[in-house]
Amino acid sequence: MPEPDVPVRITPAAVAKVARLARLDVTADELQRMTAQLDGMLEHFADIDALDLSDVEPMTQPFPLANVFRADVVQPCLDRDEVLAVAPAAEDGRFRVPPIIGLEL
Amino acid sequence: MSPDSSSRPTARAVAAEVRDGSRKALDVVEQHLAVIAAREPEIHAFNVVLADEARAAAVKIDEMVSAGEDPGPLTGVTVALKDNMCTRGVPTTCSSKILAGWLPPYDATVVHKLRDAGAIVVGKTNLDEFAMGSSTENSAFGPTHNPHDVTRVPGGSSGGSAASVAAGFTQVGFGSDTGGSIRQPAALCGVVGVKPTYGYVSRYGLIAFASSLDQIGPFTNSVEDAALMLDVIGGHDPLDSTSIPQQHPSLREAIQQDVTGLRIGRITDLPAGADADVVERLEVAFDTLRAAGATIVDVQVPAFTFGLTAYYLIAPAEASSNLARYDGVRYGMRVEAADTNAMYGVTRAAGFGEEVKRRIMLGTYALSAGYYDAYYGKALKVRRLISDDFERAYQHADALLTPTSPSVAFQFGAKGDNPLAMYLCDTYTIPSNLSGQPGMNVPFGTGAHGLPVGVQVLAGTLQEPTMFRVAAALERELSGGLQ
Repeated sequence: MPEPDVPVRITPAAVAKVARLARLDVTADELQRMTAQLDGMLEHFADIDALDLSDVEPMTQPFPLANVFRADVVQPCLDRDEVLAVAPAAEDGRFRVPPIIGLEL
Repeated sequence: MSPDSSSRPTARAVAAEVRDGSRKALDVVEQHLAVIAAREPEIHAFNVVLADEARAAAVKIDEMVSAGEDPGPLTGVTVALKDNMCTRGVPTTCSSKILAGWLPPYDATVVHKLRDAGAIVVGKTNLDEFAMGSSTENSAFGPTHNPHDVTRVPGGSSGGSAASVAAGFTQVGFGSDTGGSIRQPAALCGVVGVKPTYGYVSRYGLIAFASSLDQIGPFTNSVEDAALMLDVIGGHDPLDSTSIPQQHPSLREAIQQDVTGLRIGRITDLPAGADADVVERLEVAFDTLRAAGATIVDVQVPAFTFGLTAYYLIAPAEASSNLARYDGVRYGMRVEAADTNAMYGVTRAAGFGEEVKRRIMLGTYALSAGYYDAYYGKALKVRRLISDDFERAYQHADALLTPTSPSVAFQFGAKGDNPLAMYLCDTYTIPSNLSGQPGMNVPFGTGAHGLPVGVQVLAGTLQEPTMFRVAAALERELSGGLQ
């Protein structure tokens, strides 16, 4: 399917907003390319628009299982030092991150 | 390289020899390591070969056998694991830069079960990054090459495991199948590949792509080996709340039965797009099963054709949520920035490849306010239609037969920059992921350029015994020369 020159189903501004929601920095080039590709996909996905789905129940999982519990008994868990040893940064038994408070987010 | 998987030794045969002491597990491992040394440079099936670990495991098994102990049904069987299955202390990358440096602090349940049965893990195999793709071209570590023709792709996303079995690097490979990622590479590499019913095999320790679709399954040189593998790795696991809480019947026993009296469905409204050579082999498969005593019946699955759209809204939506955890905080790489929010954005931009970014974007869009009902919500309803259509079809047929892949293995770059062209590779495999039902590829001769062609056997929920009976009949008739 050729990529349309002018996207009709999604705008670069909408794609930029989605990128912010996804916490994914994109370059101007990526934004242009993604807009064209997403537009092409959404055009293909319009094939389901003609279906009458008014009385159809959504299906979220193939093998419905409800309320799966385990016995309320203390079990061994992952070794904290082993987990923190492969983290990008750790300090005093915790994950270390850059500042999160007092900044404009 | 013979496209005929039956010329390679089966896991069953190797296990029998090592178990009764007539062959050393260490010899088996050394033989495979020699094949890997010779051909891996041109194939690139592995992200890491665990040569020393495999030798150590083999020595242990040989000691057990010498001491009169039984290491299990997979004694000395060499296996390759797709690199999205956690192995404690061994790099597990999903073929993504974002997991660089991470060592899982635990083993996946399938890894436990395989080792407990006497299997030897030889390496972790290449995949399309986070299992997103149909060619293994999307790996951050470079593509895997098809052992039958190294100028062509092995399929994907589990291309490394499929290639490992086809090249004789290991007797068995394991992959995950979210939209065809076991069956399609199995078809392109000429090996057996099975996606069981959703919940048949524990997904604990499988790094999640789309949680309502993902399922683990084997690549093997024979239908019986695939049955053996599922008999070992299947079953309920308290650590995976979606694993089905019941015992599965033995598939090795199921394949002792022939197909006399079974009704095999031909989907008359199957989406077009399969190449002529693939369609021709499918017709031979129908004739073969008829000659073996089955009845061929026509069925309709009208919503089959909408599977692609439903899948490419649902799977990216789930992926966008699952991949939110790769944010530079707990594992893998981090790109430093002044604050946490900025760190997320630059880390994810640097760590993810293009296809993964595309799917995160698509999924986030499909779930976002104002678009949820129009895209994700609608896709869930189409999923129901597909599932209901299959249910109706299975009232008239015990199993269905379709192409696995629309074509034989294609050349690198053949799908260009158009993501949809690649997505169409999964046309015939996707619907059974949406319905959660089992499907498997059975190698069935060759097509264009002498490359392997597979046929896909589909069956209803937990109808693996029937599916395997059909697969075994196809394999038997093919090796018997009835073509």
